[in-house]
This record gives sequence, structure tokens and C-alpha cells, in this order.
Amino acid sequence: MIQISEKCVGCGKCTTVCPFGALSLVNRKAVASAACTMCGACVSQCPVKALSLPQTGAAKKDLSAYKGVWVFVEIANDGRTQKVRPVGFELLSKGRELATQLGEELCAVVIGYGTQPFFAELSQYGTDKIYSVDGPAYAQYNTIAYANALVTLIEKYKPSVVLYPSTYIGRDLSPRISSQLFVGLTADCTGLSVKEGNLIQTRPAFGGNIMADIKCPDYRPQMSTVRPNVFKKAVTTPGRMAAVVTESIPVPPQAAKVRVVNTHMDPPASGMKLDEAEVVIAGGRGMKDKAGFDLLEDLAKELGGTVGASRAAIDLGLKDKDQQIGQSGVTVSAKLYVACGISGAVQHVVGMEHSDVIIGINKDANAPIFNVCKYGFVGDASQILPRILEQLKK
Amino acid sequence: MNIIVCIKQVPDSTQVKVDPKTGTLIRAGVPSILNPYDHFALERALDIKAKTGAKVTLLSMGPNQATAVLRLGLALGADEGVLLSDRAFAGSDTWATSYALATAIKKIGGYDLILCGQMAIDGDTAQTGPGIAYHLNIPQITFCESIDASGNQVVVKKLIEGGHQILEADLPVLVTMTMPPDYVAKYPSFMAAHKAQDKTIHTWTAADIGADPSKLGLNGSPTRVDRIFPPPARAKGEMFSGSAVELANKFVEILKKESVLK
Repeated sequence: MIQISEKCVGCGKCTTVCPFGALSLVNRKAVASAACTMCGACVSQCPVKALSLPQTGAAKKDLSAYKGVWVFVEIANDGRTQKVRPVGFELLSKGRELATQLGEELCAVVIGYGTQPFFAELSQYGTDKIYSVDGPAYAQYNTIAYANALVTLIEKYKPSVVLYPSTYIGRDLSPRISSQLFVGLTADCTGLSVKEGNLIQTRPAFGGNIMADIKCPDYRPQMSTVRPNVFKKAVTTPGRMAAVVTESIPVPPQAAKVRVVNTHMDPPASGMKLDEAEVVIAGGRGMKDKAGFDLLEDLAKELGGTVGASRAAIDLGLKDKDQQIGQSGVTVSAKLYVACGISGAVQHVVGMEHSDVIIGINKDANAPIFNVCKYGFVGDASQILPRILEQLKK
Repeated sequence: MNIIVCIKQVPDSTQVKVDPKTGTLIRAGVPSILNPYDHFALERALDIKAKTGAKVTLLSMGPNQATAVLRLGLALGADEGVLLSDRAFAGSDTWATSYALATAIKKIGGYDLILCGQMAIDGDTAQTGPGIAYHLNIPQITFCESIDASGNQVVVKKLIEGGHQILEADLPVLVTMTMPPDYVAKYPSFMAAHKAQDKTIHTWTAADIGADPSKLGLNGSPTRVDRIFPPPARAKGEMFSGSAVELANKFVEILKKESVLK
């Protein structure tokens, strides 16, 4: 349980910030209940520093040898052609900022077969060095092969930070590596920065309407995954060529235990892609049912946009998972974003707040969604939308 | 064939509400459910059991009340349950959690296939499955919509960006599952639940599984919360209220003003 020292003055601040409701005041002193998960969220909130996590027994390691910000650059391969998945450029751009703040190198790690043609473009994002592991054995993604290659590189060159795209491959690979290296891994970060030499990884947390800064002060490298579209890409060194370090790493025999039989790519979607749409009509739990979402489809059609959904609506089965907007779904930056029946939990907001014009329709005038809206409509979307459609169809 | 399914009890996210004043989660009275991805994974394990006569063992980590999801799984047709419960596990991030679960799986022993949900809906990390696979030194396949097992192989349909792959793997292997959009969870009949009351649930502590204390709880958790803070406040925009017709008129007016409509 969280430790509460004699310094506690009984101000009660911690009781309001505990995400699990585990802290209360008894005789004007804070007391933790069995509901405490030792998440540590309260520690920084105590004005008199009375709260602390129990000291861990781990001996402090010398971490000074760990230098360099690395980005695992994913090569998208549909079985016929391959290209750099654009999130790689976004991560290099953010990685450049972090590397400059840390006074360290920015390095791209590229694993695959025939990847040299991509190096010139990858160099333009302020990349100092490219670590290349290339060969027929790496033509297709394989967890064991790729994890072994990255672990070998990390142990040899000791980076301080490694960033991964939060794609199917990045989310498969990074936890395997963090487990092997005994280091921290923070999923789906919405912000990355540097404080006192540590990587600060920001993300909505504890399922509530609250943000958390996560750090791993005693472990290196510090590792994070980031969804596509969260960071903007920025070419900072056009025409520059990064130094290329080529490593030949044999694939462990265990990799052959998993084999790709075949790959099927979906036909190009008939509709617009959510992350590229200029107009997004999004629905939440307040749209209640399929009929509610049909209204959203109609409005999207009229305005030349596409329909997305909040996590709550996805959980109710109102929309497919790949249409989820938010921290653990798609990040959009539309010209017009209309949020219908969405309360506006921070997990949703971080996935849409960079849109130009945000309009909210919600019955509850106090819904947090209105805090990010340029225009807020207090009312029932399922009543208002049919009237809007009548007018638009005129 | 021996299958172990890792399951977690989570708050039902469709019932969680946010306190409008403090912005914090209102947890009181929110029912706990079996994590939906785990529910799907368990049903797929039971499909394999129906076909091959496999034994299905459930494994969960959590407080005593997590027994409820083990009871549900047993009523659905699993054979045996194991609950890891000990204050020594408190403060575990995904590293320490996957270490503890893998250590328990080694104690159960004789496994051919480990099934997990792709992630728990109260954390969304999708890290624990791959972590368990690493600690067991077996391959993993993640984000699978279907699985078929026969002989000493599995064949799965795995999601990738913009499509899917069919993969085959030799046992033992760990597979994490994600449900297709049209999936509807099954629940046991009253009779099945009643009959399952006789099935065994073992409760194990950290000492029972022989876990290394330096890898449990906070000791085994590299991540720390530096601080928590409310989402940055923004200037509130223009607000409108009125009848549906009035609001609709205003909405169309704004679309014109913002040049969405010509």
C-alpha cells in the first residue's frame, strides 16, 4: 500500500485524485484502503510530500552509457511492394526534438530486405544514423527474428530511448523486447518530452478523465509506442544523408516455428479513410442504436465526410473497431468534426482535438466535450439531426 | 492437448461514468465483467476442446473477488481455475504481471497452447500476452480473429494493417485473440453454472509459484507515475440551446459560416 508519513496535514487533496477511491481521511489523516493498487498517482499531488511508494530493493544501475534516441521504422509490405509506413516519419520528427533536448543522436532502425532505397528519405528528418539489418530472412515480419535483431542492437549500442509505431507489428514486437530487456514500455503515448534527463511519456490513464506522465527513471532504454497521426512529420535536414551502420544478425532457429501461409489485403475501401477525411461525423453512446448511427451516415453523405465512433459506441457494437476515434483507435485531424452524443472523455478527445472546427451535440450541458468545441449544441442529436438533414436535402 | 486461458476481471466500461465536477471516474456501483477479449479467447479454447478433447485451465491474477470470472469460465466449460492472489503482486505494471502469470503457467506445466485476449479494456496496452510468451520462451502470434488447432499445430487468422494473414505455428505457442465485429458473447445456462460449482479453483500466492520477489509488484515494474493532471482546459466556444428546429437552423447557418456549405 502507499506509505503515508507523519507529515500528513489532513488536507484531503490526495482523496480527490486517487483513481481508485482508495484514500480517505480518518481523524484528519489520510488512510489508504485495500483498494490501493500502488499506482503512485497521488505521490506528486501531496503538498507536504507525505506520500511515497515503498522503496524497491533493486540496486541502482549505472545508466550513463545509454545514449541516443532510436525509432523503429516499420516497412509496410503488402506482399508485392514495400514502403516506409508514414508513422515512421512522424516518430523521427518527434525523436529529433527529444534527441536535441537530450543532446544525443537520432537513429532510425530499419529491419527488412532491400530497404536501402528508403535511407535517403529517412535521413531528411534530422536522422544522424541508420542501423540497418537487411537480408532475405527479414523479408517478412517475424516476431522472434525482429525481436532478436533489435535486442542485439540495443545491447550493443545502448540507446536511451526507443520509439515504436503503435501498429500491429509495433504492438507485437515492443512488449517482447521490453520483457527480455527488463525495461518499461508505455503504450499509445499522446505526448513525449524530456525532464531531468528522463523521457516523460504522457497518456490518458486509469480509464478516467485524467492524464498521466509516466517515467522509467531507473531503467534504460525507455520505450514507448505511439499511434499514427499523433505527431506531425517535419523535414529538418533536406538533402542530408545519415551515416549507415549495417549489422548482420542471424535469425534464431525458433523463428521458424511460426510461418506465414498467405497474406490477404482488403480491396481499397469504398469510403474515405477516417484519418484522411476532411469531414468526420462521430457518434457516441448517446446515439443509442443503429438508427442513430444511420443519421450520422446520412449527414456524412451530405457533407462529403465519413463516420467514426467513440469507444463507448464501439463497445455497444454500433460501429466496427477500426472506426474508433481516440487514444487506442484512430487519431484524426479533420477540417470539420461533429461529435454527436459523445460525452468527451479524454481518451476520445486526444484523438480529435487537432481538428479545425469542432461542433458538439449533447443533451448534457456540462458534458466535457463542450470544452473542446468551437460550437456547442445542447440537445438530443437524434432529434436535431433529422431536422438538419431536412434542410440540407432541400 | 492442454490449453491455458489467461483471463482478467475488469470494470464494465459501458457503465462507467465521469463525475462532471471533478472529472474523475465514478467507480462505485460499476459492475465487474470478464474482459470481453478474454471471453472471446475462452470460447475459442472451448471450441478446440469440443473438437479435440483438450483440457482447458483458466488463470487469473487479482483480488479474491476475481474468482467470479473464473466461476463464469468454468460454467462455460473450462475444466479448472487458478487464481493468483497476493499483496506481493500489488503495484505490478505489465512487466511484473506477465512475469507472475508466466511463472504460474510454468507451475501448471504441460501446456501446449496459451490463449489471451489481445488486451484488457481497463488498460488497453496489449503487452501482457507477448510478455508471457517471452518469459515462457515460446513464440507468440497476436491480434488473431480465429484459431484452429489439430495435431501439434495451430492455424490462425491474424489482423494486419489493411488486411489479414493466415499463419501456422508449432505448439507450444501463445496466441492473443481479438473478436470480429459481429461477435456476441455466450453466457452459461443456470444448470451449467450450478454444475460448475464442483469444479476446482486453486488460489496461489507468490510463494506458491516460487516467484522471484525482485521481479514482483513494484520491484518488477519499471514504469512510475511522475504526475497526474486534468486534461488541459480550453476556452469554451459558443453554446446554443433551444428546440430541435432552432438548433438545426443554427447548425446549418454555422456550416455556411465555416464554408463547409457553399
